[in-house]
Amino acid sequence: MARIVIDPVTRIEGHLKIEVEVKDGKVVDARCSGGLFRGFEIFLNGRDPRDASQLTQRICGVCPTAHATASVRCLDSAFKVKPTTQGRLLRNLVFASNYLQSHILHFYHLAALDYVKGPDTEPFIPRYEGDYRLDKATNDVAVGQYLEGLKMRALAQEMVATWGGKMPHVAGFVVGGCTATPTAEEIETFKKKLAVVKKFVDETYVPTVYLVAGAYKDLFGVGTGCKNFMSHGVFPLDDDDKTFLLKPGTYTQGKDYPFDPKEIREFVKYSWFDDSTTGLNPRVGKTIPAPNKKNAYSYVKAVRYKGLPHEAGPLARVWVSNPVLSKNANKFLGLPDDKEIRFRDLGDKAFSILGRHAARAEEAALVAVAMEKWVADLKPGVSGAQAVQVPTNSEGAGFSEAPRGALSHWITIKDKKIANYQVCSATIWNASPRDDKKVPGPIEQALIGTPVPDIDNPFNVVRVVRAFDP
Amino acid sequence: MSVTRRDFLKVCGGTATFLGLSKLQVLEALAQAKEGKPAVLWIQGAGCTGCSVSLLNAVDPDIAKVLLEIISLKFHPTVMASSGEMAMDKLYDAAKTYDGKYFLVVEGGVPTGANGRYCIVGERKGKEITMLELTKRMGHRAAGVLAVGACAAFGGIPAAKPNPTGVKSVQQIFKADGIKTPLINIGGCPPHPTWMVGTIAHILTKGIPELDGYKRPKLFFQNNIHDNCPYLKHYDQQKFAKTWDEKDACRVKLGCKGPDTNADCYKKIWNNGVNWCVDNAICIGCVEPTFPDGVSPLYEQTTG
Repeated sequence: MARIVIDPVTRIEGHLKIEVEVKDGKVVDARCSGGLFRGFEIFLNGRDPRDASQLTQRICGVCPTAHATASVRCLDSAFKVKPTTQGRLLRNLVFASNYLQSHILHFYHLAALDYVKGPDTEPFIPRYEGDYRLDKATNDVAVGQYLEGLKMRALAQEMVATWGGKMPHVAGFVVGGCTATPTAEEIETFKKKLAVVKKFVDETYVPTVYLVAGAYKDLFGVGTGCKNFMSHGVFPLDDDDKTFLLKPGTYTQGKDYPFDPKEIREFVKYSWFDDSTTGLNPRVGKTIPAPNKKNAYSYVKAVRYKGLPHEAGPLARVWVSNPVLSKNANKFLGLPDDKEIRFRDLGDKAFSILGRHAARAEEAALVAVAMEKWVADLKPGVSGAQAVQVPTNSEGAGFSEAPRGALSHWITIKDKKIANYQVCSATIWNASPRDDKKVPGPIEQALIGTPVPDIDNPFNVVRVVRAFDP
Repeated sequence: MSVTRRDFLKVCGGTATFLGLSKLQVLEALAQAKEGKPAVLWIQGAGCTGCSVSLLNAVDPDIAKVLLEIISLKFHPTVMASSGEMAMDKLYDAAKTYDGKYFLVVEGGVPTGANGRYCIVGERKGKEITMLELTKRMGHRAAGVLAVGACAAFGGIPAAKPNPTGVKSVQQIFKADGIKTPLINIGGCPPHPTWMVGTIAHILTKGIPELDGYKRPKLFFQNNIHDNCPYLKHYDQQKFAKTWDEKDACRVKLGCKGPDTNADCYKKIWNNGVNWCVDNAICIGCVEPTFPDGVSPLYEQTTG
């Protein structure tokens, strides 16, 4: 039996440690450990509720728009306001622009170096050596795309800033809507930038994911995980949250169910939090750190739905919504172009390292298509904001989907101040440690069974972890 | 690959212009620093990676040029290829090889509570390493330290009251430990990419830039946002916006912290000149040491 510790797992956002036991060339046990606690839930207490959308964005500099979205939706519900159509479209466009930047960044700049050999210069060396399977010409093309991808993600950030103010950390997301009043000129410029990024997604990013997948086909059978999926739903298509581009729902033990927030519980037996807080729904959640607690091994709580671990992220969303895939998928599967393939047609292949990458890429493509419609529906000169009043006492919850998965914010307001605020983020779903019943979290489960032919160069371990975009 | 004069001028076109450097000065500086690219070690503590993401938005020179042609980035958790002990070894080895010559960039605050265990940054030889330990160790032997972003420079977000994890800025850590390494604070949540790339370019060509009382480069943090704001004329006429869509009015009554904030956002404009906070909403004063407690509540008038 060999033990491999990877700390830090680099090319992610945050501080993550992975520990696996390898027996007969396969992972037999895994632990996933989050190494940072900042205490947002603690320092938000007593503040003006409106400040939450600014402060919580600082949880993640890669996906601040996700926290901004969940936070303003949480405040909308507590303040009992509904964004106007213009406000909803602006929020969708700003947030979707960051979906594009985040997915491009994830594939090219965070994940790709596990498949593509970078230039022999820092920061691309040192690296694991051995299992790079692309021929030199393909590898060179992919390195070129790494650089092109940097430009594309920066361009997508410009799109975020157009109505978000700046990025990272947008200024324009407020309770009730979005502060921007788009001009006709901004709309035209946005459309042009969207066309450039969309072309990159359709003609470069998505095909390259399938191209790389072709050289690593066995990875469609690695990293299966818990096969339960959670989607809170994202990008509302109407002003009453009745329909979403990617719908809310769960896939639990092989069946589809509507999403019910009351079924979320957070457990902390193996987390560095006080045991008295275990098993709570985030509505009444408590966050009391206990950094020296024995037998605990992570600052991530073990969130469970109906008592079970659920994977979140593009795979979960795309599995739940089951959209038609791009023609790249037809080509990859050797099926005629006119045959309509939906994500679930991939079958068990979907529950894998490459299934997660394919889901993310296909999702980027379908988000870009939706953005064309939203930007066309914007009305120049119309504000996305409305006047709001801070309620004296109220409660609310906001659900959305960060690029990396399900995200919820929960608030209790007393005397116009925050009395409790809880955040249940994507990485809490995926990178959770064991729960009180000792059931491992989704990344831990996905690691078990992973082949590790060379323990000094454990490519597949980091491939499994990074495929979740933790 | 070392920087040639021509390359540097080519890649730093925009940066050289705003630094006010003549071509000759750049040539002279580079003639002296021809041996190779300076070693940069970038470590992350209690932060959100937003400063790194902002750095990726650099324009002229863009980030690919910064990474491949201007600096030699030996360690950066978000971009480097290696993981785990291989990455940690690289960090420690580079610090040894370039002892006293490397530049350390710190992103994120440094938690001191629970002996630093609120931020575990890696493991080496079976021992966990905290951000507290790493900041002292790497800070001590660096040629210079850049504390980038509100958290590293001033404590920032994780140090917000009641500062549950005892987060301290790099400057506070250095002071408590008697570390005398030259330190530059680049405020902002996150900093504008130009403040980061521009400071690096200044160090490489002209040495450490002139700093203000908070150790921020005066080059970027000297001028008041309100005094230079395109909406100032409305303030002078006492015309104040009460709703977000009132564009011909000053925004202090919506909560804008411009009068208490010194930075050149008004002329750099963010994300390749697309927009900035005040045009879109309000300034929240993120570059100041008082952020965020001193500027709360954000959406109430606290200044002006």
